[in-house]
Amino acid sequence: MKILVGYKRVVDYNVRIQVKPDGTGVVTDGVKLSANPFDDIALEEALRLREKGVADEVVVVGIGPADLTAHLRNGLAMGANRAIHVQTADAVSPLTAARTLLKLVEKEQPGLVILGKQAIDDDANQTGQMLAALWDRPQATFAGKVEIADGKAKVTREVDAGLEVIEADLPAVITTDLRLNEPRFIKLPDIMKAKSKPIDVIELGSLGVETADHIKTTHYAAPPKRSKGVMVKDAAELVAALKQKGLL
Amino acid sequence: MTKILVIAEHLGGKLNGSTARAVSAAAAVKPDAIDVIVLSDAPEAVAAEAAKIDGVSKVLTVARTENAHSLAAIYAPQIVKAAAGYTHVFAPSTTFGKDLAPRVAALLGVSQVSDVMTVEGPHTFKRPIYAGNAIVTVEVDASSIVVATIRTASWPAAASNGSAPIEAISVDAALPSHTRFVELQQGKSDRPDLQGAPKVVSGGRGVGSKENFEIIYKFADKIGAAVGASRAAVDAGYVPNEMQVGQTGKIIAPELYIAVGISGAIQHLTGIKDAGTIVAINKDGEAPIFEIADIGLVGDLFKILPDLEASLG
Repeated sequence: MKILVGYKRVVDYNVRIQVKPDGTGVVTDGVKLSANPFDDIALEEALRLREKGVADEVVVVGIGPADLTAHLRNGLAMGANRAIHVQTADAVSPLTAARTLLKLVEKEQPGLVILGKQAIDDDANQTGQMLAALWDRPQATFAGKVEIADGKAKVTREVDAGLEVIEADLPAVITTDLRLNEPRFIKLPDIMKAKSKPIDVIELGSLGVETADHIKTTHYAAPPKRSKGVMVKDAAELVAALKQKGLL
Repeated sequence: MTKILVIAEHLGGKLNGSTARAVSAAAAVKPDAIDVIVLSDAPEAVAAEAAKIDGVSKVLTVARTENAHSLAAIYAPQIVKAAAGYTHVFAPSTTFGKDLAPRVAALLGVSQVSDVMTVEGPHTFKRPIYAGNAIVTVEVDASSIVVATIRTASWPAAASNGSAPIEAISVDAALPSHTRFVELQQGKSDRPDLQGAPKVVSGGRGVGSKENFEIIYKFADKIGAAVGASRAAVDAGYVPNEMQVGQTGKIIAPELYIAVGISGAIQHLTGIKDAGTIVAINKDGEAPIFEIADIGLVGDLFKILPDLEASLG
């Protein structure tokens, strides 16, 4: 079985982002970029399934500008067999991303697609569900545990009410939650090896994807600042302060 | 004519409070009608609750045995059929809504507006990105159906003094059999629900162990608060994951939030930014949580919490 893994590049999760004063976006020039943390988890899960003999090939897919190729090399160094870089200079909406992934799914015929549950830049949490809908296949979102056997995936999902277990026939789309696994670190020799692994570069325009851009972002703003707080010196003072606010 | 279809969230025959919050957001659009749709194998009790929500014009029920569990692959094709004639489809931004709404949106051929914080107009909304560190205004083409999830922490629950009519409908949608519900494992709790509670006490890594978390529960019970946790406390196995508050857990906006032994990583702060009053109790005076706390107290939680209980009498 082949597993396709979505591998988005985002502003590193440790960076405190700044909104541009003119409201046209956030500052990304010179800011550290990394793999979306949920996508590292997705790739790790795919690699573990390959190590268990469930899968024989892991392909990482990225959609983005020309310099994204270097980022995909990180996925190859982590252990993916090969990469597909769908090249576009424009930011794509989750629906366009899902339609693009569907084209690759039709071409590659994977048994499983694993994506992160959300990208930490747009926080949309849509692409996996949309791909599953367009592909007319099962989705198992917010996966905390994945077991594959007999053409089926048994997935434990992290839902508000607790843990929900569902069973899905393959092929299917799984989106990863934080607790699914602990992604491995990239080792130096693997970085060298990754240089010889293949990366297919495809122009987004050549895939015949209908781009969806009917939602436009018109303004960016910093969140409202909370007013400066006060420090109290002991429990009695804290209780008094809360009582004064009518909270206790 | 603006007509909004709100997807009801329910579990065990009870309507989830997130639905009334989504109705509040729908009312802010000032539509001609707000209808709530309940998909279930036995929708009667849930529909009766939904009919009481202020502002609801009509409750639609779709009773099918396949709807016994909220599987997105089963619900989505039915919602798509039922959405004909509506200008907007809203779902709460809970794990239920986040799972279902994008599947509905894709079948309708549109992207979705995730986590609506404010409604600026029928097609203009504000939503958070980058873990709440930026707020964007988005505009949906006026000719497109709007599919959106509603950030529950940003909206009050609509009151329930209404009496909307309930109408059973049948939708002609072929349902897949490729996805099956197996079981739901719930953490048992008699405490208030984390997402709806006016007071929340959360513990972090500083609490130190599962056993030590009892001190958090005890204090929370004393003031009638729900109990939450940071990711560190969940990962360390002190508490189950459904108690996690933050970007990847629950986003809450209680009137009072007390963070105990939580340093305040960006991802945690995202989950509590809209709380009315934030109290931080931490032994590290330099912890980032103090930057956003309204009231801070530096010290040992194992001494402070018993002192607090004593002060409360």
